Amino acid sequence: MKISFNINGTPQTVEVDEQTPLLWVVRDVLNLKGTKFGCGKAACGACTLHVDGDAIRSCSFPVKYAEGKEITTIEGLSKGDDVHPVQQAWIEEIVPQCGYCQPGFMMATAAMLDKIPNPTDEDIDNNIANICRCATYYRMRKAIHRAAEIKGQNS
Amino acid sequence: MVGSIAGVGVIVGAGFLGCGSLRRYVAGMVNTMESPYMGDTGNPNIWFEVQANNQITFYSPKVEMGQGTFTGLAQIAADELDIDVEQLQVVHSPSISGNMDSFGTGGSTTISGLWQPLRELAATMREMLKAEAAKQMGVDVGKLSVAKGVVSGGSKQLTYGEIVKDVKEWKVPKTPALKNIKDYKFIGKPVPRVDLKDKVLGTPMYGIDASMPDMLFGAVVRPTLVASTFVSADISEAEKMPGVVKIIQEKDFVGVVANSRMEAENAKNKIKVVWDTPKVWQSKDIEEMILVGKGKAVEIQKEGNAKKILEDDDETIIKSEYKSPIGAHAQLEPNGAVAFVEKDKATVMISTQVVKITRDEVAKRMGLSKDKVNIIPTFLGGGFGRRLHTPNAVQAAVLSKAVGKPVKCFFNRKEEFQNDTFRPPTHNVLKAKMTSDGKIEAIEHNISSGDVMFGSALVPGMVEPIVGADVGAWRGGMIQYKNIPNYRAVSWRVKLPFATSWWRSLGLLANTFAVESFMDELALKAKKDPIQFRLDHIKDDEAGKRLRAVIERARKESNWKDKVQNGRAMGFAASTDVNTPVAQVVEVSIENNKIKVHKVTCVIDPGLAINPDQIRAQCEGAIIMGMSASLYEKMEVRDGQLFPIIYGPYQMAMMRDSPKEINVTILENSPTPGGVGEPPLGPIGAAIANAVFRLTNERLREMPFALT
Repeated sequence: MKISFNINGTPQTVEVDEQTPLLWVVRDVLNLKGTKFGCGKAACGACTLHVDGDAIRSCSFPVKYAEGKEITTIEGLSKGDDVHPVQQAWIEEIVPQCGYCQPGFMMATAAMLDKIPNPTDEDIDNNIANICRCATYYRMRKAIHRAAEIKGQNS
Repeated sequence: MVGSIAGVGVIVGAGFLGCGSLRRYVAGMVNTMESPYMGDTGNPNIWFEVQANNQITFYSPKVEMGQGTFTGLAQIAADELDIDVEQLQVVHSPSISGNMDSFGTGGSTTISGLWQPLRELAATMREMLKAEAAKQMGVDVGKLSVAKGVVSGGSKQLTYGEIVKDVKEWKVPKTPALKNIKDYKFIGKPVPRVDLKDKVLGTPMYGIDASMPDMLFGAVVRPTLVASTFVSADISEAEKMPGVVKIIQEKDFVGVVANSRMEAENAKNKIKVVWDTPKVWQSKDIEEMILVGKGKAVEIQKEGNAKKILEDDDETIIKSEYKSPIGAHAQLEPNGAVAFVEKDKATVMISTQVVKITRDEVAKRMGLSKDKVNIIPTFLGGGFGRRLHTPNAVQAAVLSKAVGKPVKCFFNRKEEFQNDTFRPPTHNVLKAKMTSDGKIEAIEHNISSGDVMFGSALVPGMVEPIVGADVGAWRGGMIQYKNIPNYRAVSWRVKLPFATSWWRSLGLLANTFAVESFMDELALKAKKDPIQFRLDHIKDDEAGKRLRAVIERARKESNWKDKVQNGRAMGFAASTDVNTPVAQVVEVSIENNKIKVHKVTCVIDPGLAINPDQIRAQCEGAIIMGMSASLYEKMEVRDGQLFPIIYGPYQMAMMRDSPKEINVTILENSPTPGGVGEPPLGPIGAAIANAVFRLTNERLREMPFALT
């Protein structure tokens, strides 16, 4: 079946089984490898990307629901030459260790900051529920607060 | 039986097996020795490649799994190469280049093992370049200076990139003298990670991101029941599934190759496998097996007469028990590989901690000579010991050979949880006798554990009779307070029906939980402050001085108080691992009958600190990972299956559980760098348990901790 959507600002049409998780379309058909597979059951958040601005766990999101939507992946988070405030903050705080789960965390954070520009620690606890086995949570929390600050200065 | 192993029959004799003191000597040596690097350090050309644009490619035989090793190695190399860190591109060395480590990446050994040889290689490379520059410039080599990869002599200048342009043959000079540590520009500085930007931008770099032209997708059926052996498979239904290219049946497994991952997974689910499963295991079977006294005992530490003093179970003997469960690695990137087997060669791209073992296993199964197999290591989406054996490379190779095309084959999450090489469960029994003035007269630690090092691919079977006890299982279990006249430690080996192996810090977390909880119990009996009680039992030797220093500093940095304040209590613990002592103080409260960790003060002495920022990062991560294992994580065996099979039910620390304050202080009481990746996992479990006792008067004896 043919499904069309915009991904990182570019129109795409793919021909796949409509039940295929969006994750595998993004990774294996469109060759955007920044979005990661962790569990396949929406339990870890490594596959988080944006569908119409909402953070979605794409391993459990059949591609048919992407029809006509705006999809953003980690590759499209930064616009032009400016690094997205979340990525800037992640660099400043030197967050990643193995780095595998980090795109999912950054996408979840970017979506949260669009809705809650100045999150409290409690907001962060309630909204960022991905899993990092290197356990970089301590620096991530600092980076999330820093990202909110950068975003506030930019706007 | 051992006669066939040349040179080993001599030491594996009956006389040796009976020799306890020699075994204790070996155990003591293994506990404290520095692990030397085990690859080729004679030829700088397989390590460094100078590019025309004056950048240098650095081929690392060690893999980057998050521990920051690429950054530390780049700092060390840059300082002797006389270039900036930014001028180095660190990449994984493919096995075919010959720059390969016979061991692998693990055990917190990379920086300590390569500290000397890597500086010598870099300095040798610099001198080679200078000698060639002297020739090309017509200037005496002694008059040359180097900065940022530019060699200057008088009015002339040449970049490293220009120097190498037309040189065909290089002479490797005698190893030059190394610089003074105080003259290093990058060593000791918090240089940002060299992989930082790629990891933030989502650049493809992991095994699961690898691909090759015309690649197909594979899937292998894995057992769901513990201790199952493959017998046969009915593939009639699977063959008819859409997208299937071929079903491959081998003597030890069955797999499918299809056009996409989904199609491979769907077809795999239709294969009906007959497994040989002699027994349906339950958690209670494992719990009974693991008890002290059930396995095979080897004495690993002995001073004085602890055994005799503690023999009688009279009321003067204090005795305590502790347990830890089966733990999963749960690294986010599942295991898998992309393999392409051609007529006379094989290429495998894979996240692995053991390049050489993987190469040798693929070569053996494919019937190729080892130099025809190229293992291309990728960045790892977490290691933690899970990838110290990656036989999945062999399966991907078998599938590729069967279809004549590259095949990508990965585990799914359920397979990853059920086929892990788990952290073994443990049972620890401690006994002690006190003097009338509140000192420990004798202490004994019995450690029972499933295998860690024994039976693993990394360690040849012949090592077992030599070392006697599993170094990985008892890691952290020796008594580190040597100002006690009588102490003893015994390791009990239990063979479990499923694979147990390396899990970051090995036995350190569970064994430290036992010893350091017990130390608090003894301090309470002695009516002493728990930190002072420990200090009173530290011997004034080299290791003792370093341990004392981290403990005293942690007491100061944490503003230690042995009482409950505003509903919060502090807990303390310390451990020494790979020569690196660590002391931690936690601040804990109970909220809704759950343990909440607010703040952790950590003091670590890894010796010379190559990158203080990454040492902090390792401490922060290890603390939360250890906290996660202590508070939440547990695998169970139900009707033969290992559960849970997914994150969530396998509960792990998340953002909301993580302490909001982690303060790390680094001491450098040794002139060389020691291990960092694992030691800070040691004290955290015990420190939390000790804090909870102050709040509740309840002694936590079993991980994961549960309040009544």
